[in-house]
Amino acid sequence: MRISTFWYCVKEGIKNICRNIWFSLASVATISACIFLFCLFFSIVANIQHVVDNVEGTIGITVFFDENLSEDEIKRIGSEIGRREEVSEVQFTSAEEAWESMKNDYFSGHEELAEGFADDNPLAGSASYQVFLHDITTQDQVVAYLQQLGGVREVNYSNSAAAGLSSFNAVIGILSLVIIGVLLAVSVFLISNTINVAASFRKRENEIMRYIGATDYMIRAPFVVEGIIMGLMGAGIPLVGMYYLYMRSVGYLTTKFQILSRIFQFLPLGDIFPYMAVVAVLLGLGIGFFASFFTIRKHLKV
Amino acid sequence: MIEITNVCKTYDTGNKALRNINITIEDGEFVFIIGRSGSGKSTLLKMLLKEVEPTSGKIVVNDMNLGKMPRRYVPKYRRMLGVVFQDFRLLKDKNVYENVAFAQRVIGASTRKIKERVPNMLQMVGLSAKYKYYPQQLSGGEQQRVAIARALINRPEVLLADEPTGNLDHDNAIEIMRLLDLINQKGTTVIVVTHSNEIVNMMQKRVITMDRGCIIGDEEGGFIHED
Repeated sequence: MRISTFWYCVKEGIKNICRNIWFSLASVATISACIFLFCLFFSIVANIQHVVDNVEGTIGITVFFDENLSEDEIKRIGSEIGRREEVSEVQFTSAEEAWESMKNDYFSGHEELAEGFADDNPLAGSASYQVFLHDITTQDQVVAYLQQLGGVREVNYSNSAAAGLSSFNAVIGILSLVIIGVLLAVSVFLISNTINVAASFRKRENEIMRYIGATDYMIRAPFVVEGIIMGLMGAGIPLVGMYYLYMRSVGYLTTKFQILSRIFQFLPLGDIFPYMAVVAVLLGLGIGFFASFFTIRKHLKV
Repeated sequence: MIEITNVCKTYDTGNKALRNINITIEDGEFVFIIGRSGSGKSTLLKMLLKEVEPTSGKIVVNDMNLGKMPRRYVPKYRRMLGVVFQDFRLLKDKNVYENVAFAQRVIGASTRKIKERVPNMLQMVGLSAKYKYYPQQLSGGEQQRVAIARALINRPEVLLADEPTGNLDHDNAIEIMRLLDLINQKGTTVIVVTHSNEIVNMMQKRVITMDRGCIIGDEEGGFIHED
């Protein structure tokens, strides 16, 4: 395609937008709403996932063994557990290490009280393994496996925080997909409508183009350009809004609710925005391109 | 050369628009097609434009069989043709220059070529001084000149004119016919569909007369009596 032809198509696409400015604005507004919601859900889901990932890294399953088991036997079982694909890491804590840790936690400043147990470790037989998982949703499965292992006395685990966050994230994900899906359909419908109006405005022009020998591609191009411009505008507006909203919201929440920052680490804007921008632009481009491309097809018939 | 052989056209409504039409038009000919409304003139023109397909028969234009032409070749074929309509079909939001340049632009011609050809074409049709005018600022005859310039800018081998003088007064009609004659003298095949016996008699060219889908006359320089 010649550069002059390319610019001609761009110019005609812009003219189409200006000719039906209200229809075009309605389409841009709907795409903006759709992409804004997408960005909002994207931020929420990404942040919750970030928290879940952090929590998953700290929450482990504790495995205690029968008292009569030797340390070698315990370590053999430990290495067997560590080989499972769901397991990211295993940490061994001997009875002595467990007692040292307890002393530090409970007898700090009153060491003389712990002296009485100097030769008699009250936690003897409490050697344990901390098992960390790649994905917290596999916890139940791993716990069931650990409980049926020979030599295992007790398996302690927490089912609350991470699992709760995971399901909340899944719900948010599904909800956002549904809402975005509906808005996508509305956007496509509105763009299609706008293109139809533009095509009826240009009916005579298209007719003349066909008689002159313009290709389908040449007739279609200004409408596709129109759709793409509307799609890109529809993506650009919410991205600018989201950039400032995210920056302000995170700043506000972390300063006003400092307690929140201890349990909830927000993703920095630089980490989240590039991905969000790429997906939003592709979404806008896709909506604009496909809606216009398929709508104008019916106007090409000779 | 245009060869129309045993062409029939029956529309879905059952209307038989053309019945076994046979016409041969040589390169560089000037041909009038005349007939009453509903005689099939426009259907024939639409077939040459590949806008309507014949029910049976064969149309060959410059060795291209239109019946076997895939859809993707139609734009390329149409660039061989120039079309002029009774109602001019100019774009109201474009001036004279832009209307003519439009025909070049949509086939992807370079800006350099457009700038070179359009002024020449406007000079040929006598509208150089009015290149900035919009269609509504021009007379009917001038608008038809713009339409002719637009039809010719892509240097077609055949010019099809559907009632080109239908909306014009006598003087303008004669001017337009002189212009078409000039174009024909430069080598372009010209096919004019018209109602006007006066124009046909004045031009003294080949006349094909149609009636109810059939050809009832094909004469060189034929004289037709006014109704």
